[in-house]
Amino acid sequence: MRDQIVVLAVVLPLLAAPACVLLRHPRVTRLFSLGVVAACFAIAVALLVEVRGGNVISYQLGGWPPPLGIEYRVSVINAYLLVLVTAMALVVLSFHSSGGPHRVPERRRHLYYAVFLLCISGLLGITITGDAFNIFVFLEISSLSSYILVSLGGHRRAVMSAFYYLVMGTIGGVFFMLGVGLLYQATGTLNLRDIAARLEPSLDDRSTLLALALLVVGISIKLAVFPLHHWLPNAYSFAPPKVSAFLAATATKVSFYLLAMILFTIFGAPFVFGELQLHMVLMPLSILAMFLASGAAIFQTDLRRLLAYSSVAQIGYMTLGLSTANAVGLAGGLVHLFNHAVMKGGLFLVVACLLYRVGSVHLDALAGVGRRMPLSSAALVVGGLSLIGVPGTVGFVSKWYLVSGVLERGWTAAAVLILLSSLLALVYVGRVVEALYFRRPAADHVRPDLREAPLGMLAPTWILIAAAVVFGLTTDWTYGVAAEAAELLLQGGI
Amino acid sequence: MSLPEAFSGLWAYWLIIALMMVGLYIVIARDNLVKKVMGLNIFQAAAILFYVTMAKVAGGTAPIVQEGAEHGGGHGTAEVVYSNPLPHVLMLTAIVVGVATTALALALAVRIHGEYGTVEEDEAVAWDMEHG
Repeated sequence: MRDQIVVLAVVLPLLAAPACVLLRHPRVTRLFSLGVVAACFAIAVALLVEVRGGNVISYQLGGWPPPLGIEYRVSVINAYLLVLVTAMALVVLSFHSSGGPHRVPERRRHLYYAVFLLCISGLLGITITGDAFNIFVFLEISSLSSYILVSLGGHRRAVMSAFYYLVMGTIGGVFFMLGVGLLYQATGTLNLRDIAARLEPSLDDRSTLLALALLVVGISIKLAVFPLHHWLPNAYSFAPPKVSAFLAATATKVSFYLLAMILFTIFGAPFVFGELQLHMVLMPLSILAMFLASGAAIFQTDLRRLLAYSSVAQIGYMTLGLSTANAVGLAGGLVHLFNHAVMKGGLFLVVACLLYRVGSVHLDALAGVGRRMPLSSAALVVGGLSLIGVPGTVGFVSKWYLVSGVLERGWTAAAVLILLSSLLALVYVGRVVEALYFRRPAADHVRPDLREAPLGMLAPTWILIAAAVVFGLTTDWTYGVAAEAAELLLQGGI
Repeated sequence: MSLPEAFSGLWAYWLIIALMMVGLYIVIARDNLVKKVMGLNIFQAAAILFYVTMAKVAGGTAPIVQEGAEHGGGHGTAEVVYSNPLPHVLMLTAIVVGVATTALALALAVRIHGEYGTVEEDEAVAWDMEHG
């Protein structure tokens, strides 16, 4: 039984999804999926504890030994992602309100939980598997379920955004599949470590380069790297806010892991960053993302859209950390995975609280809400400070290590640009704070009956926001794991 | 590699690339959402054909063990050459993924038609511009 917990992390939510369809009862399915996700979280934490300090757990599916059979492999980086995904899923699922304008009708609620569990299962599968084609399958499981989740937003544009997301996501998925095919052609194997070991002699082949290009572009679409981010602002601003919170905190993070794993483990840093100089592309794109997406965020009048554009900018910080290809910068990028998940997840949950009471998160509608909903608004302020990177929040920790990594690489200008881009974050967060606290509500927006959001919504929100402060003060846990993971990636292991 | 060589030995790959570009072009250029889905389908089919092509071994037969053949055959024939079964099996999964994607995309197109009264992208965008 003990050996089986690795596979249970994926199988539990996968089996629980059809079980939800059979259970039907909205309350029962909610508690059931909460229980399943809690179990997955416990497994993920147990795995992380076990693999810290360089241990690796290898699980053979069906007892077939690795190069032939599918291997599930958990090292510190996989376990880190597993904990992140399951923790965010747990918080988002425990976020609960009765009624409200953007809800799935009660008789279909069980299907919503089923899709949610499928999405979790897909994300966990991508993280845990050591087989290239298996990744593709899980990638599509998680993507297909996230298109459905996005389409549930209620607004007609939610369906349209889901459609765009589907088109982009499918193109990305097919690119990934082609890349895997070319790698299989070159090496004759699908096991990730086996591919890495056998790829060495054919690294300079044109088909290998094509594989690298297809894989990087395919994943960059799913990760929303700057010029390929077009689907993200629409998807995140029209999806149900809980879904935005979950996807912003997990889906792009898992894609980031995938990108890092392909660049460092399969192709290897000396080839990708030494010979091909990929950072000459990735670094400018990251910086453009930081500035243009933050710039776009400043001009948004809808809080959800503002946060979505900010996500694109934050992904820029992560890919910048990746492109330094040194231990500190990469660890900075990896620690930002967790930090951004916590703060952006928390902020989207605040959006859900505000939507529930105010009915709109247009900045004009939020005027003066700070007095009526002090706890939600305060959460927004703390999360916003973390986006800017104020000391004492997780945002500061990420930027500290990113700047150190970038300086170590000798990119002084990029380090200055990181700090300058924080000023843009200051502007867009400032606009929200100004609306909440310093603006009087317009005459037709005065709402004397406006109350604070219920505890079932506030508690999960504040758990994430509090985490954004706690992990901003003590970094042993987050940075410790991220540094270990970065070390492992740079050695080409997983 | 000279140009004729690149075509004669690899013509299947050129066909696949052409098919792929046709699909991608439809996705980008067509405003009709259902046509977009069909373009996506062609694009996926090209990728599936790519896997199938690479699994083909010259002179290879279906990888089903033939009675007596692997021992040199009954009439002094050489051992049987099989095509690589693995990519074929992978493509069964990919086809399932493709069907699921198509079904979901068409379902979304039905919902879009319900919301906007059209499946033309430009008309839907214009409607959004007008009504906010």
